[in-house]
Amino acid sequence: MCLAIPGQIVAIDSQNTHLATVDVVGVRRKVDLGLLQDELPVPGDWVLIHVGFAMSKISEADAADQMETLTMLGEAAAAIEEVRGYGLENEIPDYPPQRWKQ
Amino acid sequence: MKFVDEFRAPELIAKAGEEIRKLADSDRHYRIMEVCGGHTHAIYRFGLKDLLPANVELIHGPGCPVCVLPMGRIDDGLSLAAQPEFIFAAFGDMMRVPGTHGSPLEYKARGMDVRIVYSPADALKLARNNPEKHVMFFAIGFETTAPSTALTLVRAKAEGLNNFSVFCNHVTIIPAIRAILDSPDMRLDGFVGPGHVSTVIGCRPYDWIAKAEGKPVVVSGFEPLDILQSIVMLLRQLRRGEAKVENQYTRVVPWEGNRAALRVMAEVFELRPYFEWRGLGFISQSALKIRESYGTWDAEQRFTVPGIRVTDPKAAQCGEVLKGVLKPTQCKLFGRECTPEQPVGALMVSSEGSCAAYYNYEHRKPITIANAATR
Ligand code: SF4
Repeated sequence: MCLAIPGQIVAIDSQNTHLATVDVVGVRRKVDLGLLQDELPVPGDWVLIHVGFAMSKISEADAADQMETLTMLGEAAAAIEEVRGYGLENEIPDYPPQRWKQ
Repeated sequence: MKFVDEFRAPELIAKAGEEIRKLADSDRHYRIMEVCGGHTHAIYRFGLKDLLPANVELIHGPGCPVCVLPMGRIDDGLSLAAQPEFIFAAFGDMMRVPGTHGSPLEYKARGMDVRIVYSPADALKLARNNPEKHVMFFAIGFETTAPSTALTLVRAKAEGLNNFSVFCNHVTIIPAIRAILDSPDMRLDGFVGPGHVSTVIGCRPYDWIAKAEGKPVVVSGFEPLDILQSIVMLLRQLRRGEAKVENQYTRVVPWEGNRAALRVMAEVFELRPYFEWRGLGFISQSALKIRESYGTWDAEQRFTVPGIRVTDPKAAQCGEVLKGVLKPTQCKLFGRECTPEQPVGALMVSSEGSCAAYYNYEHRKPITIANAATR
């Protein structure tokens, strides 16, 4: 629950512009962008996600660092399980994880 | 040596350890509290204590949301969910936390409709998909999760989804720190400040700890090197006789926090006059309740809450451990009646609880970073 999960914005939902598809090591889910409305991220940006909501914008390098931190803490698998569990509508299917192994 | 290769920059870690030994005055005993349960977990997992000299002691703070929730609140939530056509939704962390008559998971086994959600938005979705049922989201957490609950309520109101409510147990970190500083049996020299809570509230709310209490605060990241660097920064301040708030976790924590998140919290929540914390007792203005303008979605305004108050099992010393007065192993139940498999207290359930962290890493003694650094 207290995990901060790094993900990259892939696309903004055309119907619900407060939702965006993010990619977390290959798992794609919708998250809510409402907590970043002062500086809305655009596709390509990296964010930290807490419980299905993008909470802060970060750099790509920091996103990679954060994923490594989760791996070191033994929480990477839990983070990915959490992201897989996000249930907002998904039109985009998963593709296999590439960059970071669980 | 399984974990060793996963550590980044072992040389830097060894150096930070050395720096700490140099900075720590051998005539002095330092007591530094890490407020956040995520830090507690990291400290045990990496065996960071082994890198510190004996006179630099880390005290575990109250920053584990599951741990600080008194059992009566769990009982209250579960008793509401006993109504017909009711769905009890909560994060996975809550599922094994014992109430007087069992955990949510045990209630589920007895037939209650209990669902794990990973996001409050998913609890709202459950309500959307089950219009004939009432979905109650059992909300827990500090300022890290409170904005997400708030925004979910804004969305519920906008959508007019009235078969949804939140049983709000959100707490705020600053009053808990104040309560700890006020307690007479506690002497602390400084704080490793919480990382993710600070992404929301920023660094300013800690100012009074430095200015009025004269104790340094360093907001810290979660890697071994982050935590050690934060301890170096704290010891440097103490050596110079300074007390200020510093941010070690600048890559994630903006000094001002997240204003949009604070705005939505203010829109939906107000402070409760007081709230009970496990171990710390009643603390004034330490928790959030849902404003009347969102009363339709507040389980406490909508239903009659029994207001159950229960004391922890007698031999359980969760409160003392939570305050940092006792170490987990000083509880008589530790590792016997109380284990992660059969938890008696919440501190043994959550990976951020100090009892579980101590049990999993210290008790079973894995490879630590100290070995790695001296290898
Ligand atoms: S060992 Fe169990 S009962 Fe004792 S303090 Fe820890 S969680 Fe509470």
